[in-house]
Amino acid sequence: MLERVAATTAQNGSAPIDAKSGRPPMFPIATRGMTLRDRGRVLLDRVSLTLDQGTRTVIMGPNGAGKSLTLRAIHGLIRPDEGDITWAGRPTDADVLSRQAMVFQKPMLLRRSARANIEFVLRSAGRTTSNQLVDGILARARLIHVAASPARLLSGGEQQRLAIARALALEPDLLFLDEPCANLDPASTLAVEDMIERARTAGAKIVLVTHDIGQARRIADDVVFMSSGRVLEHSAAAAFFDKPKSSAAEAYLAGRLYIDPAASSR
Amino acid sequence: MTDLGSIFSLALSLVISGDQQLYSIIVLSLRVTLTAVLLGCLVGIPLGAALATYRFPGRGAAIAVLNAFMGLPPVVVGLAVYLMLSRSGPFGVLGLLYTPTAMIIAQAILVTPLIAALSRQSLADLHTEYDDLFRSLRLRPSDKIRALIWEGRYGLSTAALAGFGRAIAEVGAVIIVGGNIEHVTRVMTTAIALETSKGDLALALALGLILVTIAIAVNAAVLSLNRTARRLAYA
Repeated sequence: MLERVAATTAQNGSAPIDAKSGRPPMFPIATRGMTLRDRGRVLLDRVSLTLDQGTRTVIMGPNGAGKSLTLRAIHGLIRPDEGDITWAGRPTDADVLSRQAMVFQKPMLLRRSARANIEFVLRSAGRTTSNQLVDGILARARLIHVAASPARLLSGGEQQRLAIARALALEPDLLFLDEPCANLDPASTLAVEDMIERARTAGAKIVLVTHDIGQARRIADDVVFMSSGRVLEHSAAAAFFDKPKSSAAEAYLAGRLYIDPAASSR
Repeated sequence: MTDLGSIFSLALSLVISGDQQLYSIIVLSLRVTLTAVLLGCLVGIPLGAALATYRFPGRGAAIAVLNAFMGLPPVVVGLAVYLMLSRSGPFGVLGLLYTPTAMIIAQAILVTPLIAALSRQSLADLHTEYDDLFRSLRLRPSDKIRALIWEGRYGLSTAALAGFGRAIAEVGAVIIVGGNIEHVTRVMTTAIALETSKGDLALALALGLILVTIAIAVNAAVLSLNRTARRLAYA
């Protein structure tokens, strides 16, 4: 989408605006020294990351590494105690928040039909809903046959596809996914990955948290590896999987338990 | 004293015959109670949802007060409303004392804290469940409350039912502000009290039977609604 960003100038200021959308650019996203503590415990430790447009970034790491917290902090669900997040150099504002969506590990479906779940997010974003539009969204998620069914009675795979369809209905420029396939069978996992790929093709930046190394290999353009609240590596996917730089990542990929000496001394 | 069997048969014949006096009392009771519950829901449910959703200084105290108000003594509420609506009170000029409106006001005051407290309890879990989603969607506070209420609609019917149960069975407040005037403010509970004191046990019992029947019917309807909702995973 970088190519879409024209070096034009906003009428009321000096920020460049996207020629097509008429909105300011939001990439790269940069976190600088993002730190989060809870009752004296450091949950995020000076997390500094740069996330570029157009790529599929996969965040990996053992349980408690701070992957989901990093996602939630960038998405604006939690406020770090220290550090900052910038979007193409500007701080978080309503514009960047409105251009992103998040899919959670639990689908968090509303107690309504599948169709009504899609309509809800469209309405809450101030967009017009029409049967044609909603049908299209459901059809792309291969859920048109359950459009009228209560969303919470769908299978696990269908529920997660609906959650992703609901997020994609907002046409986000940035899509966060927090272990969306954690409880899914292989076929459902591939269906979800197919939806993620279509979102990327449509221009969305993907940031995915996963423990599934196979999925990370299939999806990632670049990998962020975290352990004990710190970013240990941020490399191109091929480089990461071929030769991880940190012993923690090496142990993780080999399926070995790794005790971080830095974490145990904190 | 007439034996219990004959009182029962007399009561049943009053119900079956469509006794005018009996049915006017029933209609007024339902009108007063349903209006009070409706008002209680309009105020109590959004209040409960707001308390379930937002963190602010004094929230704990507000919840404690609300919970304490669930047990408001009806006669105290009746007395307070009486003082407000009596000719020398601040709202005396409205001339509402001894009218069904005064009874509705008293009952609404009684049921609102109950509905609000039960709504808060019911919606607090839902708020935990959906908080991340609603924040991710950047919902405005009013939209968040509206969405939460809609998601909890079946659970909230139980709160409304509790309000209905309290209002329909209430006698202390309505007798003080309504005065139990025949054809004007006489409702089932005040009529039962009066007829029992007069010794007309048949009418009192007939009214009692109808009161219990209505309570059971409303409970059954709400229960059935909730069962259907659970089956569809909407509850």
